[in-house]
Amino acid sequence: MSVPSDSSLPPSTGHASDAQSAAAGLSAEPPIIEARGISKSFPGIKALDGVNLSLARGEVLCVVGENGAGKSTLMKIVGGLYTPDAGEILIDGMPAKLTSVQDAQAAGVTLIHQELNLAPSLDVAGNIFLGREPRWGGPLGLLDRRMYADAEAITRRVGLSASGRASVGSLSIGQQQLVEIARSLSLQSRVLIMDEPTSSLSQRETDRLFAVIRDLKASGVGILYISHRLPEVQLIADRVTVLRDGRNAGELRRDEISHASLVRLMIGRELKQFFVRGAAQNPAPQTPAASASSSKPDPKVNLAAPALEVTGLRVTAAQKQPITFQVKRGEIVGLAGLVGAGRTELAEALFGVRPMVAGQIRVAGELLRIRVPQDAIRAGLLLAPEDRRSQGLLLEQSVRRNISLASLLRVSRLRLIRRRQEIALAEQMCQQLSVRTVSVDKQVGLLSGGNQQKVVLARWLSREPKLLMLDEPTRGVDVGAKSEIYAIMDQLTARGVGILMISSDLEEVLGMSDRVLVMYQGELAGELQREQFSEQAVMNLATGGGA
Amino acid sequence: MKKLLGLALFLLLIYALLLVANPGARSAQNHQNLGQRIGLHGINSLGVGILIITGGIDLSIGSTVGLCATVMAILLVDVGMNPAAAMLVTLALGATIGLVNGLLVTRLRVQAFVVTLCGLFIYRGAARWLAGDRVKGLGNDFTTFKSLLHNQDFLGMPMSLVIFLALCALATVLLHLSVYGRYLFAVGSNEQAARYAGIAVDRYKTLAYVLCSTLAALFSVIYLAENNSVQPSETGSFFELYAIAGAVLGGCSLRGGEGSVLGIIIGTAIIWILPNFTKMWGVPSELEYTVIGGALLIGALLDELLRRRNLAKATA
Repeated sequence: MSVPSDSSLPPSTGHASDAQSAAAGLSAEPPIIEARGISKSFPGIKALDGVNLSLARGEVLCVVGENGAGKSTLMKIVGGLYTPDAGEILIDGMPAKLTSVQDAQAAGVTLIHQELNLAPSLDVAGNIFLGREPRWGGPLGLLDRRMYADAEAITRRVGLSASGRASVGSLSIGQQQLVEIARSLSLQSRVLIMDEPTSSLSQRETDRLFAVIRDLKASGVGILYISHRLPEVQLIADRVTVLRDGRNAGELRRDEISHASLVRLMIGRELKQFFVRGAAQNPAPQTPAASASSSKPDPKVNLAAPALEVTGLRVTAAQKQPITFQVKRGEIVGLAGLVGAGRTELAEALFGVRPMVAGQIRVAGELLRIRVPQDAIRAGLLLAPEDRRSQGLLLEQSVRRNISLASLLRVSRLRLIRRRQEIALAEQMCQQLSVRTVSVDKQVGLLSGGNQQKVVLARWLSREPKLLMLDEPTRGVDVGAKSEIYAIMDQLTARGVGILMISSDLEEVLGMSDRVLVMYQGELAGELQREQFSEQAVMNLATGGGA
Repeated sequence: MKKLLGLALFLLLIYALLLVANPGARSAQNHQNLGQRIGLHGINSLGVGILIITGGIDLSIGSTVGLCATVMAILLVDVGMNPAAAMLVTLALGATIGLVNGLLVTRLRVQAFVVTLCGLFIYRGAARWLAGDRVKGLGNDFTTFKSLLHNQDFLGMPMSLVIFLALCALATVLLHLSVYGRYLFAVGSNEQAARYAGIAVDRYKTLAYVLCSTLAALFSVIYLAENNSVQPSETGSFFELYAIAGAVLGGCSLRGGEGSVLGIIIGTAIIWILPNFTKMWGVPSELEYTVIGGALLIGALLDELLRRRNLAKATA
């Protein structure tokens, strides 16, 4: 131990010193990377307040916490993107100054961003070696063919099937994620920071990634892993650090990790029931009048007609079996399948952003001809898209403008917007969906993922949805906001809205759906009723195994 | 808002310094000249500003001006049409040019830069061919037309400035108060998200092109009234650059989704007062373009610095 201050360091929090002793007990060498007493403030908010963290060689440390808990800020500090206001980073026990991403990478620390950071027009190999291309020809800087051979070796290691010459823009989001991981592997990193790496991966790709992580562990790489997916954390973590409100909330060793213990530390209380399906249909007894009106749908509406009826839909010409299904009023139908199974494409075809080859669509019994999203929206067939940053939101604009965008005519007269009504609408929706924002005039891009998703929902709920399609509604959303979104979905169904939920999160699909449809290679592979629900059953269908 | 305030202060500063530096600049005549140019070129800046807000661009404004002015002159002189009818035909021609630009961009998905660069060549060539590459002059005729659009004053303001300000009032209602303005901003801010929100993206983009070219046609009508003649090979060239410079300096971001009518007014004023100002301070007039370019560059740099600071402040 070359750092004299190590033993004399005052114990800052009980949990952290636990962790230090645990790490020290594991091996005599200093942690590969350690953060001590890190604080970081931004105007108006203290993002981190004396946070400690240490990572041993060959260890997978999961960092969990709700959005806004400070995980991302901490990771950005460790990754050299931000400089802390107080505290220090030690690498191999030596104080290190990481003032840029280059510094961090030189020290062997690589941060893989949650939002992919790839050049879509370059090929796979070009992205992996971007800025570090092997060259010959001196000042001409001509590219070396060996790059492709090197790329091949790395892509094989992460289980990416695409060729090194395939352009990254043509890959699926899941494959792009693997390219990003391949790039960081090629940097010979000793510490790999992964921020929600599996958020867009299919089950198979996730399994592959975990195999890669185990492989990296064995070769001594330390991994800081951020995830909202607790089952994953349970699967791969050697240790978990939980952050809450910018402080260390606790540490769990491998044998202490469980879903309940994680959630308890994250939110500081026990979540009795995470999935709230059916809660709104059995409202509290003290409001009998409200329960009568909300549990029994409006008698004037055609009750016999399902919310959505799709007959003989062909999304592409290559599709052999046309798709036929329905979603009843007040029903949540989960649409499961692997990434690339055609779930998003199906929703886009129904919504009119993607032309369909054939098929009939009925919403509440009415036959629709959908050519553009306006046709679908007018009929109450709404889509909250998969990629809310690029498809859902005007990131630079305010919460208010994002919410009112699809219902401006409701808050205007003679096509002139009535400002006060618009503000009232936005504020009402924010309150109803508990969007956490200082004001409705705050830029929506600055909100957390969960709140951004709620803004997308608020836009549609300010119209009258009949059938709401939610594509990955809780991706990148923290646990607290997740359960709020589930509660919102539940309340909507109590009002008779049908919901088609596309999700790659099996726990969510099984927890929230009344019925599950599984897609495989662009076609419906099967349907599961609630009593048939199991992860195995879904995965079987999703991988082409049959019911 | 802060940015607009900064721009307005900068405008006031150079205006004040201009008046201090040169007594000649204080004359009513100089103010008439400035007002006339700001008003005239402001019309183009307004059109292209709206277009830039939707994420578009038009490089063909100058050639559109050239073609429309030529057609207007031919209609008046050779065809003998009455000025009101000729003006309507010219405006319709402008609208058609905008429609063609817009449809090429939205339907055939050709990049706006390329479409309007092609337009720059095509419309200029068409103007020269139509006029046989000869100057078209109005001579001493059409006095009512000329006096209405040019010689007449309104509350002491030159006619072009009055027209510009009236258009600005309309544009303010359109852009900042109506639902259509929201859609235009939304399309520029994130076209895909706008489409997913049910906005007829292509329609609003095309509308912006039509507005831009129609305003260029209006510009050409007033320009003809002021200059009494049109030179098909020259008239209007470079005007798209003045127009874009005014809009961009006034805060219309080429990324789309950002800009304001007030900003366009201020930006245009700066573009036209600045050369006047530097000339009065002894900068040779040959450097006029350099001064405009420099101002634009400094504006862009400040804008970027401000943006980064705000982003750093807001990222928590």
